[in-house]
Formats: sequence, C-alpha cells, structure tokens
Amino acid sequence: MNMKPAKAEIQTEGAQRVQPLNISSPSLIEDIAAAARFVRRHVIASIYHAGSGHPGGALSCADILACLYGAELNLWPDSIHDPHRDRFVLSKGHAAPALYAVAAHYGFCDAKDALNLRKLNSPYQGHPHVKDLPWAETSTGSLGQGFSVALGMAMGLKLQHSTARVYALLGDGEMQEGEVWEAAMCAAHHKLDNLCVLVDYNKMQSDDRNENIMGLEPLAAKLRAFNWAVAEIDGHDIKAILSGLHRAAATFEKPAALICHTVKGKGVPYMENLPQWHGSVKLTRQQAEDALAALDATLWEIKELLDGQKS
Amino acid sequence: MAKKAEAAAPAPALIGTSGDSLREAFGKALAACANDFPKLVVLDADIAGGTGAHHFRKAFPGSFLQFGIAEQNMMAAAGGLSAVGYLPVVTTFAVFCLRAIEQARLSIAYAGRNVKIVASHPGIDVGPDGGSAQALEDLAAFRAIPGMTVISPADPAEMALATRAMLEFEGPVYMRTGRSPAKRIFGKDHTFEIGKGRIIRDGKDVTLIACGVEVGRALEAAAILADEDISARVVNMATIKPIDEALIATCARETGAIVTAEDHNIYGGLGGAVAEALARAWPCPVEFVGLKDTFGASGEPEELAEHFAISAPFIAEAAKRAISRKAHA
Repeated sequence: MNMKPAKAEIQTEGAQRVQPLNISSPSLIEDIAAAARFVRRHVIASIYHAGSGHPGGALSCADILACLYGAELNLWPDSIHDPHRDRFVLSKGHAAPALYAVAAHYGFCDAKDALNLRKLNSPYQGHPHVKDLPWAETSTGSLGQGFSVALGMAMGLKLQHSTARVYALLGDGEMQEGEVWEAAMCAAHHKLDNLCVLVDYNKMQSDDRNENIMGLEPLAAKLRAFNWAVAEIDGHDIKAILSGLHRAAATFEKPAALICHTVKGKGVPYMENLPQWHGSVKLTRQQAEDALAALDATLWEIKELLDGQKS
Repeated sequence: MAKKAEAAAPAPALIGTSGDSLREAFGKALAACANDFPKLVVLDADIAGGTGAHHFRKAFPGSFLQFGIAEQNMMAAAGGLSAVGYLPVVTTFAVFCLRAIEQARLSIAYAGRNVKIVASHPGIDVGPDGGSAQALEDLAAFRAIPGMTVISPADPAEMALATRAMLEFEGPVYMRTGRSPAKRIFGKDHTFEIGKGRIIRDGKDVTLIACGVEVGRALEAAAILADEDISARVVNMATIKPIDEALIATCARETGAIVTAEDHNIYGGLGGAVAEALARAWPCPVEFVGLKDTFGASGEPEELAEHFAISAPFIAEAAKRAISRKAHA
C-alpha cells in the first residue's frame, strides 16, 4: 500500500532530494484514494466510539493527508526519529482522528488501537500530543501554534543544511488567528522554502460559514502579499494535490502555500457542507452506519469498525 | 544559638549599585558560556538591546534568530527549534511572555520541549516606562504551568551562575532578569543550584524570604531590625518553582514567623508558593510584601519601591507584624 521509495532512499545530510514518484501513475492514485477512504471510515468509527469529536474537518482533509503520507513525506514508521525526516504538523489539531487514521493506514500505529479515541489512558487524545505519539511531531489543539512550531522546525532544519521539508495543515477558520500572520510574515522574511502550508479551505468553521464569522477572502492574495508562493487547488483531486506538493517543493527562497478547496464532511452526504458537523458531535449508531455505507464500506467492514471485531 | 549562627554566617556586604543590571549580567553570561552549548540559539523580538541578548548577538550572530515584534510566533517557534535539536533561549520582556504564555504552555511545556524563556523588565523595577510594562503576574502565571521551572536570581553574580545552570538543566525554564542597576550581594564564592534556597544571613526571630531585587532589600530590612534587637534570618529563594519546601519548613520551625518579599503581585508568586509549602509542612504567621493587587506606575525604581511599599522599611514592618502574631507572643 505504501508506494513511497524504500527506506534506503531516505535523505541524509547534503544528499540531493529525490522525487522518484510518477505522480500520474494510476496505481499510485488508486492507492492514495484507498488510503483516503480508509481515513474517512476510520474517522467515523473512532468518533462513534468516542462519543464526541470533529468529523466535518477531519473528513475534508482526508485526501490531503493521504497524499502527504502516501507520496510526499520522507517519513516511515522506522524513521520517526531520523533527524533528516520530513515533518508534518497538524496545526488544525481538532482533525486528530484523520491524523490517527492516516498514521494507522501507513503503519505508524495500530488501526484498532487508534479507534480508541478520546479515552482515558489512550494515547489518542482529542487533539494530538507528541509525548503520547512521537510521530505527531508536536502537540496541537490551540489554533495557529502548529504553524509557528512548523516554522521553527523549518528554520532549524535550514540552519542545519538539512534537505528535510516541513509541512503544516491549517484550517480555514484557523487563518483568523493573529499568530498565523505573524508566522506568515516570519517564514517569508527568513525565506523558508523548506516550509509548505496547506489550508483545508472547506469554507466553514465551528459556528457558521467563514464569510459570516470573519471573512478570509482574498486569501490567496493575502498570502501572496506576504511574499508566499501560493497555489489554489481542488483538495479532493489527488493528482492536483500531488502536483501542488511537487511544485511547492520546488519554490526558491519562498515558503509555499497550497490553498486546498475542500468540502466539509466530504464523503458523508448528510454531513457535507453543514457547519453543524464541525463538532464536537456525538454520532448515533444509525448515523455511523449510514456514514460508513456512504463511504462504500461493506456490511462486514461496518460491523468490524463499529463492533471492534477482529477480521 | 542565633548569635552563634550569625557569627558563623556573616551578613554579605551590600556593595550598592554596580551599574550592571540583571539583564546585562544575563546577556554577558549567555555570551560567555555559549561555547559550551553548541546547540544554543537565541530568539529575539526586536528588543535585544533591552534584554541583554545583544551581547550574544554580537558574539554569535549566526545563532541569533530575529522574529520581529511577534512574540506568540517566536514562543511557539522555539518549540519547533527544540524539536529539531536546538537549545532555544527565548528573550523578551516579562509582559510579552504573558502575551505568549499560551504558546509557552502548549508548544513548549505540554510538548515537553527543552526551551528557556528569559524575561527582562519584571515588576516595578522597570521604572519610568510605567504600569503597562511592569509585569506583576508572571511568576504566578508561569508557576501554574505544569513542569515549568521558575527562577528569579538576585544579583549579577548569581545571574551568571543561574544562566549556566538553566542551560544545563533539562526542561522548560522561566527566568526573570531585571531592568534597573542591581545591588551586588554575592562574592566569587557564591554557588547556585536550581531548586535550592539559601540562608544568606542567619537570625532567630523571623525569616525574610525574598527573590530577585527584593533580596537586597530584605538584607537591608534585616539590618534595620538588628538595630531594634530583632534577629532576622534572610533567605534568597532564587527558585520559585520547585520551591525549597525543606528549607521553608526549617525556617518556620526555627524562627516561627515568615515574611515573603517580591517585586510581584502578592497573589500567586513567591508568597503564594511559600504559604503553600508552610500550610503543608509547618503553619506559622506569614506576612506578604509585594504589590497589593494593584498595577504599577511611572517613577524611578527606588521611588516606586517606597510608593508601593516593597522597600526595606516595609519589609521590616512586616517582620514585626509577623513576630507579633506568633502564638506565644
């Protein structure tokens, strides 16, 4: 399932960064699509078991996460302590169920364990915590901070002449935090071309649409004015995401922002484009079953996910 | 017994103002010991001239990172720098540490990062800049963050020792420096250990426990009290967290009354920490010298210390009140 280059190709200091993937390879696209499907099903199941959680923004970023872990990050389960690994920071920490799911799919943790969301003595807290899960890279859950932490990582890696790259996924509502613009100014000033920010632009936040809470537009123009390389893409089009990441990795002396236009609740029709599924919500058994059925899960898979039966 | 102890531990001389503030002492010490810490990076928000970090910038420009006037980003970015192997020292004013305290909480302390936060311009010691710039809440606020060590050295010599100790210590630290010229209290033989208070003048009737600029004032207060035949012990409590509970209990047992003195609100800082320790170990009368839940004002530091009742005579008065409240009095 993991189409990335073998571990032997991981970067070491001073080495040329490899771009070995043919990003239009049908099998790669299919594998990433399968990963995204896994993430969405796992998100629904874990939030159902937890009795609370934020499904809307976890579903909207599933394709982005699958692309990052499936094709972009030089990161494997046995390289999570390699100093020259790429870093991914989930700055929109409330999408933690999606991070846990993609990590499970790519072997960083056990898929069944990762269903144990938001429970006492489980490392899968409501928001990612690096002391519980080292591969989470930092602790998030207070919007804006993950971006700054990623910036600090990028700055440090540049000081070390490492070829490792740093990625941060931000929510659109998160763009309202002042710290985000402090970080945006700082990353451009320091020419951090090893930093890539992805905005999960699903147009909705906790209470309502962004435009009714605090409008973001023109978002791309704002980031360009901050001296970022900016591209706008369809955040559910795997080819477009991979291509955007590829171009982001090639910017020179500029940080890159990918504004990913997405649908909140993507893949679950009764959630799509409705801010009330931002969370934190409780899913009934029926709602969970309906969501999983909409995500093409078989009856057996639904039972396995919701009743915890071993396959 | 007290007489004997006083003879054994003579009061350190107060050498007056040296011209070196605690912030300058910190900056010089940081530059002086940096070679022993190759992973050290110093973060600044456009006030290196005010925090003492300019000494480091001059010596090691490549390890000096400029964040502009944006403390929240700087504080969280320090967590990221730590995550990729650096030893970050965040430098800014104490009030701006409060501005970025949530970043210190989540991206440094909660994430378990080995980051040092060094805050200049604490308390009314800031002087003419006035109330807006005088942090009176930082000891309480940073003390409440789980796992955060909080220190406030008393003089330039101790600041130099504390700077090295802080860099050698594993874990997040909040350290106060100071703006105004500092009194010199300690000689070359002084030692410093995080978590340890020190009796710097012995006495039997009351213990004055102080930190930062108030240590010099507590020594002056002990001299005032000595003129009235009151024997006051003075403790330099340079670590506010973890507080030296054993020493506090010993002082309570041996002198029966305590005064705390700090350039900070009387709530939640050194006084709060001492009172918590006493409540657990050896309850006794305690008087609190500090700002009485009020903000500061413009003025010269010594004028302000009089105005807000944290100068030596007020510590001496508090000592007499504490003694009068002893059960047997």
